[in-house]
Amino acid sequence: MSASAKSWALHLGLIAVLFAAQFGLPSYHATNVSRIMVLAVFAMGYNIAFGYTGLLSLGHALFFAAGMYGMGLPIWTLSWAPIPALIAGLVAGGALAGLVGLLALRTAGVSFMIVTLMFAQAGYLTLLYLNTHTGGDEGFVVDSAARVIAGFDLSTDAPRYMAALILFATAMLICLWLVRSPFGRVMVAMRENEQRSRMLGYNPFRVKLTALVISGLYAGIAGAAYGMLFGYVGATFATIQYSILPMLYVLLGGAGTVIGPFLGALLMFYLIDITSGYTTAYLFVVGAALVVLVLFAPKGILGTIRERGLKWLP
Amino acid sequence: MAALMQALGLTRHFGGIRAVDGVNFRLEPGEIHAIIGPNGAGKTTFVSLLSGRIPVQSGSITLGGEDITRLAAHVRVKKGIAYTFQITSVYPKLSVFDNVALAAQSAGARDLGGQVAAALARVNLAGLEDHLAGNLSYGHQRLLEVAMGLALKPRILILDEPTQGLAAGEIEGFKALVRSLVPETTVMLIEHNMEVVMDLATQITVLNFGQVLATGTPDQIRANPDVQSAYLGGHDAEG
Repeated sequence: MSASAKSWALHLGLIAVLFAAQFGLPSYHATNVSRIMVLAVFAMGYNIAFGYTGLLSLGHALFFAAGMYGMGLPIWTLSWAPIPALIAGLVAGGALAGLVGLLALRTAGVSFMIVTLMFAQAGYLTLLYLNTHTGGDEGFVVDSAARVIAGFDLSTDAPRYMAALILFATAMLICLWLVRSPFGRVMVAMRENEQRSRMLGYNPFRVKLTALVISGLYAGIAGAAYGMLFGYVGATFATIQYSILPMLYVLLGGAGTVIGPFLGALLMFYLIDITSGYTTAYLFVVGAALVVLVLFAPKGILGTIRERGLKWLP
Repeated sequence: MAALMQALGLTRHFGGIRAVDGVNFRLEPGEIHAIIGPNGAGKTTFVSLLSGRIPVQSGSITLGGEDITRLAAHVRVKKGIAYTFQITSVYPKLSVFDNVALAAQSAGARDLGGQVAAALARVNLAGLEDHLAGNLSYGHQRLLEVAMGLALKPRILILDEPTQGLAAGEIEGFKALVRSLVPETTVMLIEHNMEVVMDLATQITVLNFGQVLATGTPDQIRANPDVQSAYLGGHDAEG
């Protein structure tokens, strides 16, 4: 089988397995997997910026929250229909990423991390400050009438799972196409050696800004879908924790791999879910897992597997 | 004949060091123009100014009559100035194919596979597409660097110390390659190996302390007493 055929088989196979899983999984786990799929879309977006283009951002919570509020606020205040609201969330994530990128991409490395973190904190504090319009730290519940698309009520298990799966599958196939496209090659070139890439005729600023906007669109639609599927919009989703989570998912699963973000989200979600059942110090277990990861598989699970044999893994 | 590229009073100082100090330079279309000079003469700084890697302090550069003095490096590449690095600067973690494809797609290649294969064939690296660039020998990485320059389909190809680290046999192949590029591509060559310079170049510019010491054909440069005393050290042409 050619590398291309293997990769199609793997990715379509994952979608098929996730489709089949909804018929076997108990309700509790089906809801978990729905959450994981939406968070994996967020992490895929993070991976496009960090894993492929080398932009280590600490501000992606801002783009996730932009998507969530971009979807939620028009429903809350203007009674928008769900589809336009989701699109508004998508656009909000991308637009804010573009705006932040225009300023933050003047820096690189550690400075870029700090500047993106600063923007995200400013966004979080703005949500609290404008509490009469945003619901402040209490947030607000998404109107259940606005969670029905084409007769499917997204507050119920089966439609919610399917909606999450459709989003996940679309996002993953677009990501697969992107990283194998000529532009995907340029993103990686920018990560590997920016000066060399400039001397091949690529404008580093434009390439990085484009990658960051694509990343923001992923974060935006993930935030919008998360609010819509689980019915709540709140400022906690704009905290630093939600900038760190996608990074952890990507590092665990394998930066610069298409499935890595999903695998990382799945493992990390259940690691927290299971350990928090035994101890309140579950973050300690998460930390220990990360130390082990950095020591023994710094390229993440799929990054290590790719290095050891499956070279065709995109 | 109008110059393809021209520099007037080009200057770049680093602190008190006058790396390039008021250089006037003409590049005619179709020539192989070697830049020579002792270590520290400002050769690499000079071509870095031409390619835009280092900003110009004063002076001007024109390409085909258009002023490009303030253009960013990546814009100059699009206008046809390709620079291959002195210190090999391929992408070691990417495949040979991806390395060349990055150059070819930047030049707007339609048939990426064909263009990459053609560029690799020209430098005798055909069939190595799937190898990691970092696993190639040093000499092969130099040739890959040249292939990337070729795949850009430049009007001017600037080669910075291209034969450094090549075996004697490889140098012969390299000379044939450079000859096959002109006159479609104009070549600028920074080179320490005087045998290669005297054999290949149609025009030579000698830099010394950031200034032009002499310009002329290889025969004129050989006969120039200033060059002999400052650089060639008598008749033993070795740098």
